Amino acid sequence: MNTFLQQIVFGCLVGGLYGLAAAGLSLVFGVLKILNVAHGELIMLGGYATFWLFTLAGLDPFLSLLITWPLLFAVGAALYGGLFRFVATAGEETRIKNSVLIGFGLTLALQNVAILLWTADERGVTPDYSGAVLRLGGLAFPLTRLGTLVVAGLLILGLHRFLTRTYAGKAIRATAADWEAGALVGIDLNRTYRLAFALGSAAAGVAGTLVSVGYDISPNIGLGWTLKALIVVVLAGLGSMPGTFAGGLILGVAESASTIVIGGPYREVVGLILFLAVLLWRPQGLFAR
Amino acid sequence: MCVRALDAMRDLNPVAVRWGGAGVAALAGLALLPAFTARTDILNVLVVLLISVALAQSWNILGGLAGQVNLGHAAFFGAGALVARLLWFRGVPVPLAVGAGAATAMALGLIIGVPAFRLRGAYFAIGTLGLAEILRITVGNVLPVISALPAPYVQSYSLVPRYYVALGLAAVSVAVAAALAYSGVSYGFGAIREDEDAAAAAGVGPLAHKILAMVASTGLAGLAGGIFAYYHASYYYAHPFSPIWTFDALIMTFIGGVGTVAGPVLGAAFYVLLKEVLVVRLVETHLLIFGALFILVVLTLPGGLLEALHRVARLWRPRPAA
Repeated sequence: MNTFLQQIVFGCLVGGLYGLAAAGLSLVFGVLKILNVAHGELIMLGGYATFWLFTLAGLDPFLSLLITWPLLFAVGAALYGGLFRFVATAGEETRIKNSVLIGFGLTLALQNVAILLWTADERGVTPDYSGAVLRLGGLAFPLTRLGTLVVAGLLILGLHRFLTRTYAGKAIRATAADWEAGALVGIDLNRTYRLAFALGSAAAGVAGTLVSVGYDISPNIGLGWTLKALIVVVLAGLGSMPGTFAGGLILGVAESASTIVIGGPYREVVGLILFLAVLLWRPQGLFAR
Repeated sequence: MCVRALDAMRDLNPVAVRWGGAGVAALAGLALLPAFTARTDILNVLVVLLISVALAQSWNILGGLAGQVNLGHAAFFGAGALVARLLWFRGVPVPLAVGAGAATAMALGLIIGVPAFRLRGAYFAIGTLGLAEILRITVGNVLPVISALPAPYVQSYSLVPRYYVALGLAAVSVAVAAALAYSGVSYGFGAIREDEDAAAAAGVGPLAHKILAMVASTGLAGLAGGIFAYYHASYYYAHPFSPIWTFDALIMTFIGGVGTVAGPVLGAAFYVLLKEVLVVRLVETHLLIFGALFILVVLTLPGGLLEALHRVARLWRPRPAA
């Protein structure tokens, strides 16, 4: 029983990160109606940024968030201006199709860039507290993972507040609901799209920092994280940041529980089963409005 | 008899006839090639090229003709390779093993396709991407080893039969694509590709058309994977599931001309031969170059090389007098 509870705890701790990885993707997908398959590569870049700051400047990974967030914000704005701007104004079907293709090309290109800059070796960020564990009622809470969950939760809360309380955030949500109507009432679509894309990338950057603390990073981790994010997006549905966070927790717990039930080597299959189940019974997602 | 056949051909689409003639000529030339050269380096490049033609053409049937973007084509190529390889090593005759691989790929295609196709938008792309990645990771977990040919298989290994098998595979893939592109069903594909609502309103069943394209596409990808498994001496079991294969299929199709029959063939030839040159000179950056090239084609030349050729040809053709 205790090992089972422990697995659930691990699942929750990991799930927060899944939720954050998905939050940026969900924002971009929901607002621009484009699917950025290279989202995981942005996470990878965020991870390497933290790795560099940690090894070259000795900066604590959780403090490096203050740099990776704005850095990836800028990268996102540049990617939008240089690439995705050209597909964001097409009809909806073409938009998805072309954005998926461009994202896929970008995936390959960014992986290659990462190999050139950081080689194909696996890297990790290990501050001196990385082995520390908090014990509560017979359950272990690794300190870095706890920090990851807290940061992920706070950032998602921040995004939620921004989207619901500020003028720019409301413009983003209005555009997501109906971009034509948004344009008619005077919202600058191009600016709103750029902001949403940059915010999504910045969230990926933070997720990357958190990934570098808990996992190895290498140039080819991107697609795996895109996949986790996509499964969470499909699971949770679009339009609700707290829902995305909850979706991440569900995926994390389902994966952890599955290591007991069907064994570690097959745990990835759980994501696929969840994806298919949602598609069959609730295609709009569990928490969509 | 022969005259009547020629008459019947004249009723066909003249473009199709011209391309068909070129295809038959190319096939005949390639079939005679081993009689003239025994150079294994040439034959090996050609085997890779022919498998690539089939891979690209199989993506093109679903992604180009029917307009459904598949981001996990490697799943079907890999499934074909895995099943064919395992059965072949257990003594199953090669054609049966490869056929079982293709059947597995089709079954996987239906598992993802039927639920995802009922919905619009990105679900199919997400589902296929997910399937491929999950299979890659799971196969890597369960069979984390190199699959090498057993000694007796190595002794009986011979390149020329594999060359002909690959040639047959490429020919079949082009024939299937041509049969779908130049028959009545192509209008249905075009309709659902351009506007699903209008297609459904006009009585074209989107789901049935998508599934037909899916079965043809995944079956061919599985065959290609099976022949890859038959051809290669050793590789990691998870390797055919790598996203590289999806990317190869995509870039070959788009460089050549997506949604056409000749495009993927042209694209495969261009890509495989260019890669032979680039990989030697630019080991480090060739993926960066191809990734950028791919994005450029999608953004600026949606018709690929085929469109570029048409444009160039039009420059030379005398203009009709005004």
